[in-house]
Amino acid sequence: MPINQDTVRRVAHLARIRVDEDALPALAGDFNAILGFIDELKEVDIEGVEPMVSVTPMRLKRRADQVTDGDRREQVLANAPDAREGFFVVPKVVE
Amino acid sequence: MPDALSYTAPEAKVIRGAVSDWELVIGLEVHAQVSSQAKLFSGASTRFGAEPNANVSFVDCAMPGMLPVLNEYCVEQAVRTGLGLKAQINLVSAFDRKNYFYPDLPQGYQISQLYHPIVGEGEVIVDMAPGIARRVRIERIHMEQDAGKSIHDMDPRLSFVDLNRTGVCLMEIVSRPDIRGPEEAAAYVGKLRRIMRYLGTCDGNMQNGSLRADVNVSVCRPGAYERYRETGDASALGTRCEIKNMNSMRFIQQAIEHEARRQIAILEDGGAVDQETRLYDPDKGETRPMRSKEEAHDYRYFPDPDLLPLEIEQGWVDDIRAGLPELPDAKKARFVTEIGLSEYDAGVLTAEVEAADYFEQAARGRDGKQVANWVINDLFGRLAKDGLEITASPVSPAQLGGIIDLIAGGEISGKIAKALFEIVYTEGGDPAEIVAARNMRQVTDTGAIAAAVEQVIAENPAQAEKARQNPKLAGWFVGQVMKATGGKANPKAVNELVRGKLGL
Repeated sequence: MPINQDTVRRVAHLARIRVDEDALPALAGDFNAILGFIDELKEVDIEGVEPMVSVTPMRLKRRADQVTDGDRREQVLANAPDAREGFFVVPKVVE
Repeated sequence: MPDALSYTAPEAKVIRGAVSDWELVIGLEVHAQVSSQAKLFSGASTRFGAEPNANVSFVDCAMPGMLPVLNEYCVEQAVRTGLGLKAQINLVSAFDRKNYFYPDLPQGYQISQLYHPIVGEGEVIVDMAPGIARRVRIERIHMEQDAGKSIHDMDPRLSFVDLNRTGVCLMEIVSRPDIRGPEEAAAYVGKLRRIMRYLGTCDGNMQNGSLRADVNVSVCRPGAYERYRETGDASALGTRCEIKNMNSMRFIQQAIEHEARRQIAILEDGGAVDQETRLYDPDKGETRPMRSKEEAHDYRYFPDPDLLPLEIEQGWVDDIRAGLPELPDAKKARFVTEIGLSEYDAGVLTAEVEAADYFEQAARGRDGKQVANWVINDLFGRLAKDGLEITASPVSPAQLGGIIDLIAGGEISGKIAKALFEIVYTEGGDPAEIVAARNMRQVTDTGAIAAAVEQVIAENPAQAEKARQNPKLAGWFVGQVMKATGGKANPKAVNELVRGKLGL
């Protein structure tokens, strides 16, 4: 299914990326080229082939249930545009 | 030993509309916070009630370059919970990103398990009344990160964000649409809570948000649900709405009731229900649509490239299974079949594992039914009066057992036992020693009782004459003798002697 300008606009909005209207046709073209390439990949018969998730066999790293971090509020809030009384402060969002 | 009693299913709730009868179809997504020390992917604490943003690591606030490392204990708790719900455990599961923007979600995505959850299909028996229970099918349990908390009432134009809860491990337990009324929905949440508290995987504290539910509600004409169950075709059911984020059993019931009536009114008016996400407003007693969720439903899930698939070993799962405690259904079944309790009493005693443990300690080597009566009627009643939990009971299982032994041995009457219980409750001490020290022993010496009976009759000749005419009045003499003996006489012996002396 080809990607049209409306879809590009919607995806950009969902990703919170500002895209000018006149950039939409070129982006739609890029999307379609990428999806076309993926369609080509889909032609490969992978019946019975395990998906490869890593080049070397690795086990997902785990850690023990111990508190090893936290108590660094000043650092956590250091780059916040606005912080008061220990909170991040943002424009009002109410449901 | 059966792991559960046998039950018949309850009737579905019927709501009478203006035009026809309607039934409810309900499925729940319960979010249960794992009782862990640290978060799912970071080493920050999960402690409730900390200073804002004190329990936040750079992973939790999504600083660039920070990577998640999985807390193995959280995985174990999800597996434990799955085993407790007799569910399939998936040895391979994987984490996905659910993308949306909200100030309390600094990553811009929640790490969840959409495509490959760790736990598959299971079942929960939801007890409704003795002999009656709903079997609710579990579709899946997956692990995911909790979001932070926004506070809106500190400033009229600003929201304040606390990320302490961000990244805490939740288990999302998804049921099939097998729940058929508001009471069943609340009972289902209650049963999940009970099972998880037995397992120790979630503390079930709804007030602190450790247990929250999203409720999917639809309505249908009688017979439609049965068609769905036979064919598996969900199009036989009505369009559902999802009511988000409820943290009280009472609100869950109210919200379902209101939402069902709202949908029925639309349908009977010839309209159609829109599938949407709604919020329940307990003050107004209504549900309303959540505007921000309309577009956000496009979550663009994809596998999280920071995390390899989670592979666990069958041997590890077997070890966890071997370490499971006796669960509520099995314990209740054992109390009924082995100890001979009524199903109702067994249900009350197994509601909290601490109460069940207390009962079992007190009942060891004693008459279980009698101990159950004392625990449920006297102990629970007395604790409730003081607002105490069973774990804070001033009367230990050994002390309660001691009181019951004194009754069984004929040393005190049931009435004195109540007074003794109150003394042990308020003052403590060994029941047998208290009885000896305070001269509370029951008088079983018929000679002494006979003397008291004769004295009361002699002092009340007119009453005695009346009682001879009307034997029902003999009870008055029994009361007088009990009073004269300070309640210590054996009431049965008194009754027999009064009747004998009066010639009845």
